[in-house]
Amino acid sequence: MGKKILTVDDSASMRQMVLFTLRGAGYDVVQTCDGVEALEWARQSAVDLVLTDVHMPRMDGITLVRELRALSHYKFVPMLILTTESSTEKKMDGKRAGATGWLVKPFNPPQLLATVARVI
Amino acid sequence: MTLDLEMAEIAKVFFQESREGLDVMESGLLTLGTTADAESINTIFRAAHSIKGGSATFGFAEVAGFTHGVETLLDEMRNGVRAVTAEAIQTLLQSCDCLREMIAATEAELPLDQGRIASLNSDIAHILGERPQVATAPAKAPAASAEPTAAAPAAGASGWRIVFEPAADLLRLRNEPTRMFTELARLGAVVVRADASRVPLLDALDPEACYLSWDIEISGQIPRAQIDEVFDWVDSQWRAEPIPAGNSAAAVPAQLDPPPEARPVSVERSPAVAAPAAQKASPDSGSIRVATEKLDNIINLVGELLITQSMLCGFADGIDPNELDRLRQGLSQLARNTRELQESVMQIRMLPISFAFNRFPRIVHDLSRKLNKRVELKLTGENTELDKTVLEKISDPLVHLVRNALDHGLETPERRSAAGKHETGTIELGAFHEGGNIIIEVRDDGAGLNKAKILQKARERGLVAPDQELTDEQIDNLIFMPGFSTADQVSDVSGRGVGMDVVRRNINDLGGHVQISSKEGHGSTIRIRLPLTLAILDGQLVRVGKEIYIFSLLAIVETIQVSKDRVNTLVGRSEVFRLRDEYLPIVKLCDQFGIEPDSRRAEDGLLVVIESDGKRAGVLVDDLLAQQQVVIKSLESNFKPVAGVAGATILGDGTVALIIDVPDLIRSMGKLGGGEVTAHAA
Repeated sequence: MGKKILTVDDSASMRQMVLFTLRGAGYDVVQTCDGVEALEWARQSAVDLVLTDVHMPRMDGITLVRELRALSHYKFVPMLILTTESSTEKKMDGKRAGATGWLVKPFNPPQLLATVARVI
Repeated sequence: MTLDLEMAEIAKVFFQESREGLDVMESGLLTLGTTADAESINTIFRAAHSIKGGSATFGFAEVAGFTHGVETLLDEMRNGVRAVTAEAIQTLLQSCDCLREMIAATEAELPLDQGRIASLNSDIAHILGERPQVATAPAKAPAASAEPTAAAPAAGASGWRIVFEPAADLLRLRNEPTRMFTELARLGAVVVRADASRVPLLDALDPEACYLSWDIEISGQIPRAQIDEVFDWVDSQWRAEPIPAGNSAAAVPAQLDPPPEARPVSVERSPAVAAPAAQKASPDSGSIRVATEKLDNIINLVGELLITQSMLCGFADGIDPNELDRLRQGLSQLARNTRELQESVMQIRMLPISFAFNRFPRIVHDLSRKLNKRVELKLTGENTELDKTVLEKISDPLVHLVRNALDHGLETPERRSAAGKHETGTIELGAFHEGGNIIIEVRDDGAGLNKAKILQKARERGLVAPDQELTDEQIDNLIFMPGFSTADQVSDVSGRGVGMDVVRRNINDLGGHVQISSKEGHGSTIRIRLPLTLAILDGQLVRVGKEIYIFSLLAIVETIQVSKDRVNTLVGRSEVFRLRDEYLPIVKLCDQFGIEPDSRRAEDGLLVVIESDGKRAGVLVDDLLAQQQVVIKSLESNFKPVAGVAGATILGDGTVALIIDVPDLIRSMGKLGGGEVTAHAA
């Protein structure tokens, strides 16, 4: 059984790219489109890693990380944010909210896999 | 390689998504002109941000580079650093257009319009108060890693000494120090010393916290950037300095300077706006993308089912009466199920008309600027659904009608106020269902049509006989005649002389109908009636001899029986008959299709009065049969196009019946049937 990863992104093409890459590497992937949907799903289920975009409608990725960290079964789950901001600002926001780390867009499939492998 | 193939597939999703994102940006920008609330700017920003991220990911560096400038501008607006000016909105709108073209060109693998890109880039840079920078130029798109690349270690250094004093939440956030040490070990020889002095006594120990810190030495010519990468996620919790050559690992400097990268913790900022609960659900939430081809296949199958069902019904009429009731019951249930299934399948093809309406805020915005007119566009009934094909085909005619309303209908602000009207004119675009049809109305409160001028023009061109009397409605509808334009000056907006007749033909070809009514000084209303779908038709079955033909119920005005004294034969022309005070030409299907009818005399059969393009005719048939919904099968794809025939269908008994193309039939009559406008009885 592969490790389970929750991905959160409002862009269908990014979701597909991430899904294709992670599934290809043998991970079990659950996809959601925004923070609200992800949080709703996460309340009922556990994963090995959360991979979330930052800018999304309804609930952004940073709020999502903060909300997830407050759930007892997500306290120790690695969470990575996908961000195009190479400035430290968003990264630090994410860090303060409880993110493990980040992956700067644009990334290619090998970069994504290498980053994921760092935490699981 | 399958990876490349797969990525190419996903890139298609990106193109589609970008177009949707651009629509969001455009409609958002148009509302910004009136209200500049934080959430709408945020929505626009997010769309731009996604396009940038996606284009960079899929390797479309030029798109990413261009979007970067747009995104920067939006980001500054969003943060309140940059004012939302009309100029900026205009530039952003043009950038949307440019991006749309770039995406289309990228998808089609065509060259990009570099001149336009460069000019918009400099416009954006101008607004941002910068000189155009190379950074926004397409050639230098964000590289795969945007991390700053630090210099190689100072010459002569033999390695790095790293002090790693992690925050207490290091382990809770799942940043495993062992992972970092392993990664470091790949770069060179590593010596790690743990400092456990801060570990408290057991009763004070928080099992989740990290109390350790580490002192690491790594030897080798290692670029600083590689070390940065390892400690990427724990910045400000570590520092490194080069070890001068010759220094042993034991010689630890007493004090380390903070690393040059150490940045002050940024000012606390509320994270990207709390969940915008009030945001409208996006129109395609909960929707799926299905290829039209697949849908058509299903629709076709359902059509077959319908045919089978009606065949069974016909069959039931001729069997043992005792068994009949049960069979009838079953069949009526089948009929209901079939109809329900068909309706729900047809629903899949239905799209809200907002897909066509969404273009208009932008069109009206641009055009009103160009014409110096003030316009308020009102859209109603955007959720009214209609068939995708009808929707696509009605879009251009609608644009034409709205442009016309703006160009010719609405007056300038000066004229409006002189006429005692509000300076801002109104154009209303509305859609609603009526019976089995959809009605689209384009309404303006402009000057209305100048009936005298239209009539004069029509007489000049010989479209109307000099002594012919026309009702107001007939005069208004003259503007749909071929070659008719009353614009005194041909502008590049509308009024090229082609137009309204093309609009009407397009609508007629969709099985629809268009009409205008206007009141001088008060404006005009154009009313378009369209069938909801092109796949199914509400048909009237008629019989001519042994053949059965089908008319669309929409095209039938009435059906009458005429007496001999109302039929006249015109010399050199065919027959006409008098319907109240109009003479209408008689069309004989038997002649049209070369078949043998029961009778050739009009008074023996029935005349089906049909209408298209504002012209009427009576079609002579032997008998009227049932009215039923028929599934349209294309003759063109199964056989070849036949003049006067719109398609075919299969009846319950398995025979094929032709569906009459009423607009085509009427058009072909133009040669036979008198003037363009049916003359009044003398």
